[in-house]
Amino acid sequence: MYTQAMDTMGKDRDDMPKAVRSADEAARQESFDARIDAGEFIEAKDWVPEHYRKTLVRQISQHAHSEIVGMLPEGNWISRAPTLKRKAILLAKVQDEAGHGLYLYAAAETLGTSRDQLYEALHSGKAKYSSIFNYPTLTWADMGVIGWLVDGAAIMNQVPLCRCSYAPYARAMVRICREESFHQRQGFEALLTMMTRGSEAQKAMVQDAVDRWWWPSLMMFGPPDSESPNSEQSMRWGIKRISNDDLRQKFVDATVEQSKLLGVTMPDPDLRWNEERQSYDFGAIDWKEFWQVVGGDGPCNRERLGARVKAWEDGAWVRDAAMAHAHKHSLKEAA
Amino acid sequence: MNAVPSKEEWPLWEVFVRSKAGLDHKHCGSLHAADPQMAIQLARDVYTRRQEGTSVWVVRSDQIVASDPGDKAAYFDPMADKIYRHPTFYELPKSLDHM
Repeated sequence: MYTQAMDTMGKDRDDMPKAVRSADEAARQESFDARIDAGEFIEAKDWVPEHYRKTLVRQISQHAHSEIVGMLPEGNWISRAPTLKRKAILLAKVQDEAGHGLYLYAAAETLGTSRDQLYEALHSGKAKYSSIFNYPTLTWADMGVIGWLVDGAAIMNQVPLCRCSYAPYARAMVRICREESFHQRQGFEALLTMMTRGSEAQKAMVQDAVDRWWWPSLMMFGPPDSESPNSEQSMRWGIKRISNDDLRQKFVDATVEQSKLLGVTMPDPDLRWNEERQSYDFGAIDWKEFWQVVGGDGPCNRERLGARVKAWEDGAWVRDAAMAHAHKHSLKEAA
Repeated sequence: MNAVPSKEEWPLWEVFVRSKAGLDHKHCGSLHAADPQMAIQLARDVYTRRQEGTSVWVVRSDQIVASDPGDKAAYFDPMADKIYRHPTFYELPKSLDHM
């Protein structure tokens, strides 16, 4: 979901790398490049080229926004979970997403952009979040499928980022990946329970959820490599490690095998094993739909952003009251 | 759909967690909180949801004094040629190797 950040980067002029100006800057650039080539980690206060900083702020903040907006489709089902056990699991998962958002915002802030600026970019629609969260969660089976496919795709994207050249981001990713595994497993287990012990209606519900989430999950890896112009630079910087298409193929190969265990089928008539490639061939992805959702016209874009902005605005008095209380308290202590 | 900006951003705190008795506190991340009490509470919720800690420290980020990464070479490299500070510098008779 994070590779989308680079592929959906605005085409503004300030996105373009600027020509190196002074000799001093050229020397810094050279030493930075050498560190990257040596596989060294870059830390928060180290000198970095402006384009590296911008690309990272955009990628990390989009990732953070995705975690935060990603709480909304699942939050929808907390009060409707079928059992207390499932409710406790879902609550823990949604709380994790909030935590992941916070780790990532903190990493983005080390690059010199404030939390309020990051929020403002999300709330004004300037910053993007993963296209996947603009789809509705219609049934309980969607909770299982999100864990299995959506979190599964996220993990596949995130594991290589644990070796990202920007250390604060890499450290956040290590923590996130450790926690994300629970998300995927609980999803698969919830689906398996319905498929092995559920009624016919419940099994049909699982298949329906798979049918609706399969293609949007494949889109999470971003556009095909041929249309991913920023990838090369990001690979060079070690911000991105594996290409969109390679990750997508890896995801298809893993999940199609898992679908057999569940007893569901993927909604793709062209899906078949290719003996020669030792991989699954799959049908064409509807990129028109992808760009439409990224562009703000998915099934739930307005609802998601509206809910997020409302939560922020409704909470303003609480944030201000907490600060006022802290000021009053510190004055009393000083007296 | 422009959100109203909050008047003042909550200050930033650095979080240190002791994973178990006998080990030292280790930096694990940062968070925003209005006051120390809230910072400790949030640190627990954000960084120890799976029993990662038995003790938490928080400190205002603006209170930390750090060395300048630009001075790294001037600061730390002089230690590189002081190999006599390491026990391996000294060659002793075989019978004393484990001194």
